[in-house]
Amino acid sequence: MAERRRAAAARVKEPAAPPEAQTTRAFPADEPPEQLLGYYADMVLIRKFELSADQMYKRAKIGGYCHLNLGEEAIVVGLMAALLPTDYLFTNYRDHGYALMRGLEPGRVMAELFGKSTGVSKGRGGSMHMFDVGVRLLGGYGIVGGQLPPATGAALALTYRGAPGPDAEVVMCQLGDGTTNIGAFHESLNLAAVWHLPIVYVVVNNRLGMGTTVEAAAGEPELYKRGSSYRIPGERVDGTDVLAVRNGARRALDRARLKREPALLEVMCYRLRGHSVVDPARYRSSADVETAQAADPVPLLRQSLIAAGLLDEAEAQRFEADADARVAAAVAFADASPDPSPSQLFDYAYATPVPNAPHALPGEPVVVLP
Amino acid sequence: MTAVPTAGVPTEGGLQASKGDAIPLITYRQALNDALRAELTRDKNVILVGEEIGIFEGSYKITAGLLTEFGPERVRDTPIAEEGFVGAAIGAAMLGMRPVVEIMTLNFSLIAMDQIVNHAAKIYSMFGGQTPVPMVIRMPGGGGQQLAATHSQNLEVWFAHVPGLKVVAPATPADAKALLLAAIRDDDPVIFLENLSLYNTKGEVPDGDDVAQIGKAAVAREGTDLTVIAYSRATTVALQVARQLAEVGISIEVVDLRSLRPLDRETVCASVRKTSLAVVLEDDWLSYGIGAEISATLMEGAFDYLDAPVRRVAAAEVPLPYAETLELAALPDANDLIKVIREVLAATGFPR
Repeated sequence: MAERRRAAAARVKEPAAPPEAQTTRAFPADEPPEQLLGYYADMVLIRKFELSADQMYKRAKIGGYCHLNLGEEAIVVGLMAALLPTDYLFTNYRDHGYALMRGLEPGRVMAELFGKSTGVSKGRGGSMHMFDVGVRLLGGYGIVGGQLPPATGAALALTYRGAPGPDAEVVMCQLGDGTTNIGAFHESLNLAAVWHLPIVYVVVNNRLGMGTTVEAAAGEPELYKRGSSYRIPGERVDGTDVLAVRNGARRALDRARLKREPALLEVMCYRLRGHSVVDPARYRSSADVETAQAADPVPLLRQSLIAAGLLDEAEAQRFEADADARVAAAVAFADASPDPSPSQLFDYAYATPVPNAPHALPGEPVVVLP
Repeated sequence: MTAVPTAGVPTEGGLQASKGDAIPLITYRQALNDALRAELTRDKNVILVGEEIGIFEGSYKITAGLLTEFGPERVRDTPIAEEGFVGAAIGAAMLGMRPVVEIMTLNFSLIAMDQIVNHAAKIYSMFGGQTPVPMVIRMPGGGGQQLAATHSQNLEVWFAHVPGLKVVAPATPADAKALLLAAIRDDDPVIFLENLSLYNTKGEVPDGDDVAQIGKAAVAREGTDLTVIAYSRATTVALQVARQLAEVGISIEVVDLRSLRPLDRETVCASVRKTSLAVVLEDDWLSYGIGAEISATLMEGAFDYLDAPVRRVAAAEVPLPYAETLELAALPDANDLIKVIREVLAATGFPR
């Protein structure tokens, strides 16, 4: 027993191993080149969009909190490549890239950041609350762990309206590494297990919950193992490799689709910036930052595509210029969009109209005198 | 469906034994059970979710017989995981189900507050009206059962404070049924507050589809001298006191709030403009309670009509003790209400 405790302590102290230092990666022969190039274009779009969001925040065009997907581009693109249009997606607050990859116009996503009425949530949600029922993106959620019970319930609803099979609808629920410590994570996994729900929980492990390391926060820092208490199989994949992410997600989604059973996927990556745009991340060592930069998935895929002869420098620059142009157009659209009118403040207060619903602005009377 | 203007409105008849007329006399518990059965039958998207609601038939037997009738998918027993299953109901509702959640007692809802306040109440508005959350959370609260401090609370204000929720607190079996039908058919999250001491009370409950209107108070008894504003169990106490005082020539009007959010301020103010005196009877703690909100409403809507300050009769502000003497001392009852009514009347020189 003591020996086991010592072993556990040793494991906790051990720093998480970085992915092997690579400058390029080879691609399987059966991977269509167009698809690989498409993944690169998508990752570049997310990268450029997030860099622009960072700028726009610093110019005070964006308010509140703003968490970026920088360093997580291969994860977002890989997961969304595996998810079908008929599937449902719940995410945490680091959600801009997911909204883009679910097919929402960058302009509408940027407009949401700008708090404009043309935003995906009509300017009512902001950075943390991207939502579009049409593409089955059922939210960006700002409360850590808050999305897990509703995502689990969405999977429950699916069991009432379809049978398992290759065309079955399923739910993907994205979360961060720190979220695996909250009660809602464990309650949700337990419900998914006992109710046999078609859901895939994806832990994006960027090794830091704000400034707290996974090892300092999690009794079992190999997070993909945390489903084992609920007999939910887990798998860890390299989140800097878009194909590894996509393939891991497909395996997990297949289990949900074909067997109607939950799965847990852990994708390893590095946060390239602070927790949010206002966090200078002074708690990180320079070695850690260097490791993160060396694992940057965007240049890694670029170099790999060039090394494989699928892309040349000029083409790569065209992709990047296209992304720049789309992001510039998104900013222009958001800038030109109207602010929501104060007269619309009480719109969407209730879905079913109700007598005596509050409608007073600050300082207005609440009772009409006879 | 028959259109009865007073559908679901509590009346004194609803609280007393009927004298052989056609309207069935049933318990509050049976009225809830009838409403759940009717909705499970009417709409296949309605599901019940909660701890021990199936095999055990509910801690307070509200769901008796429903598992047998509708099966384990429609009447779904859950693990002990309030945050998990309340949140799961939210997600199911977002995909078009109409979950009716039972939380065993209101006290356990505190574990689910993040899902109720940060999620159920926010999702329709925060995402720009794209997806409603049609769900009901039923739960009994209340003291008087010697369940001690953690199992006896009345936390209605916690929910009534939150925009995005609808909160109802029916007093009678008829209202329990009519408001539960309304809550299940409503597209917003509805907090449905029951009270342990009401489950065995009986009243007339019309057969069929009388659906109440959420957001409306009712004048449960008309009177001219003083208005008592109450809800849930307190309404039954207020009506009992009104009958008692009628025998000594005091005419009490009883306004039953029924809906705590939205709050029907107009009905409250209209009554007090007529009687010029108001006492609030409430089971929650006094400070920042429902009565505080009613008093502020009357200051704004009936100030010039008031002949005396509004008084509140509420629970003593302590964690409710187990011992019966202490519990009885802490909870508001008919004698407390009569005492305050007499004080308010005396302040105006009643009888005038």
